[in-house]
Amino acid sequence: MESFEPVVVAFVCNWCTYTAADLAGTSRLDYPPNVRLIRVMCTGMVDPQYILKALLEGADAVLVSGCHPGDCHYINGNYKARRRIKLLKEILPQFGFEPERLQLTWIGASDGIQFAAIMRALVAQVTALGPSQARSAMIV
Amino acid sequence: MVAAIEVHDHDLTAAFRTLSTAVLTLETIDAVFVPMRLPCGSAVMPTLVTDPAHLERIDPLAPSFALNAAKVVGQLTRNRKAGIGKIAVLLRPCEIRAFVELVKLNQGQTENILIIGSDCLGAFTNHDYFAFAQAKGEDASRIFYQSMLSGQEAVLEGINLSGACRACESFLPTGADLAVRLWGVATERHILLEAQTDKGAALLEKLQLPTGQVPSEREGVVHALVDQRTDYRDAMFAATAAAIGTLEKLAAYLSHCVNCYNCRVACPVCYCRECVFTTDLFDHDPLQYLSWAQRRGAVKLPTDTLFYHLTRMAHMSTACVGCGQCSNACPNGIDLMPLFRLVAHRTQGVFDYKAGEDLAAKPPLTQFKEDEFQEVVGIGE
Repeated sequence: MESFEPVVVAFVCNWCTYTAADLAGTSRLDYPPNVRLIRVMCTGMVDPQYILKALLEGADAVLVSGCHPGDCHYINGNYKARRRIKLLKEILPQFGFEPERLQLTWIGASDGIQFAAIMRALVAQVTALGPSQARSAMIV
Repeated sequence: MVAAIEVHDHDLTAAFRTLSTAVLTLETIDAVFVPMRLPCGSAVMPTLVTDPAHLERIDPLAPSFALNAAKVVGQLTRNRKAGIGKIAVLLRPCEIRAFVELVKLNQGQTENILIIGSDCLGAFTNHDYFAFAQAKGEDASRIFYQSMLSGQEAVLEGINLSGACRACESFLPTGADLAVRLWGVATERHILLEAQTDKGAALLEKLQLPTGQVPSEREGVVHALVDQRTDYRDAMFAATAAAIGTLEKLAAYLSHCVNCYNCRVACPVCYCRECVFTTDLFDHDPLQYLSWAQRRGAVKLPTDTLFYHLTRMAHMSTACVGCGQCSNACPNGIDLMPLFRLVAHRTQGVFDYKAGEDLAAKPPLTQFKEDEFQEVVGIGE
């Protein structure tokens, strides 16, 4: 059997987590290529719909990552994101999606090392979990 | 403050007519909005009445629930221009709850209306109501409410209340200015009116009706019914949870869905003028379909069926009032209500919110607190 390479779709905010990813890159820190970063202006603009779409398309996990509480460039977008994640975490497990398939983290702009570490840990976690049930679904 | 309207010959509809006529005759009320049996056929539809002569055909206790009227009331109250008259609206409890949600979403306002809510006796599905009304003709409503209020088996001619009504534990008109009491009331003699707000009290005073008293046995009757409905609801939740436990099971549950989006049209709290699912965002490139099929070996068309239903759960489940119109609207008989009520029960529970119950409570996704839901943050190594 081929080794399983998970796909992780990560919605990262322009001001903190994307900047941290940039820092990880310029610092030449390694992190797994399984993570597909999607830069958004703020985690507060991530409609639950985007997350659902990624999961139904067969992403093995979705990460939403933004500024630490109190640091949001738009004052409170990350708090709104947290409520939406809470909402989805109540909905998705009812349909057999493991809670680990949706994650929220706060990674500040200067946390390049932490960014790389979290990506490594996340990919390891999802690899252990195995492929998502949505990968092979005929009805989406 | 409690008032009574006399009932003669067990004709509750006439008592509602007396009430509507008295309200419409008041100088401060310009129109009443009531369910009326249409002159042609047996359909009962919400109607805006300004001439008391037309109240002859009102039929508020018919087991008919063709649509949730909250959206229509939203249209009637959309702007606050001076000179717009006052309307008294007679609604079912779930219609009031949906309207309350719409007001919170700026899709209506309460300034120019007075809400009269009645203890709800429930309704059949649209399909069942047509059959019942055809069989019973003009007597349909009377047979129905007498059977319900005498505590007899609700099943008539093999027809039972809709699933949504059988699972409904919120059948009292919370949020109404004026409440009509039927359960546990000696309805062979009178129906009772109780003011629930200052607006309602002012109206009741103007109506100058004889005072009444809520009988002590009402509480027991209401409790027993709440218990019965809650048991039915919980059994329904358990059966539904087992039927949707994986994506494959959910797909099976929704397998007859043809993406007509009628459930969204019928949903009183799905208020977007243009739903994202009907925009050109979903006019995918032909190549896109091929690529989906190639990746999975086969793909069901139209696509985005589960995506649509899951998105609706994320977008509106915190506002779901459990009226069951989604099930009523499905052309292919998919019973959506148990699914949406189950999800709504959980999502509203998480935010300690009950849709439509309190006009002052903000919708969960329009607010936040600084220190909350820490448990969803971090990947938890």
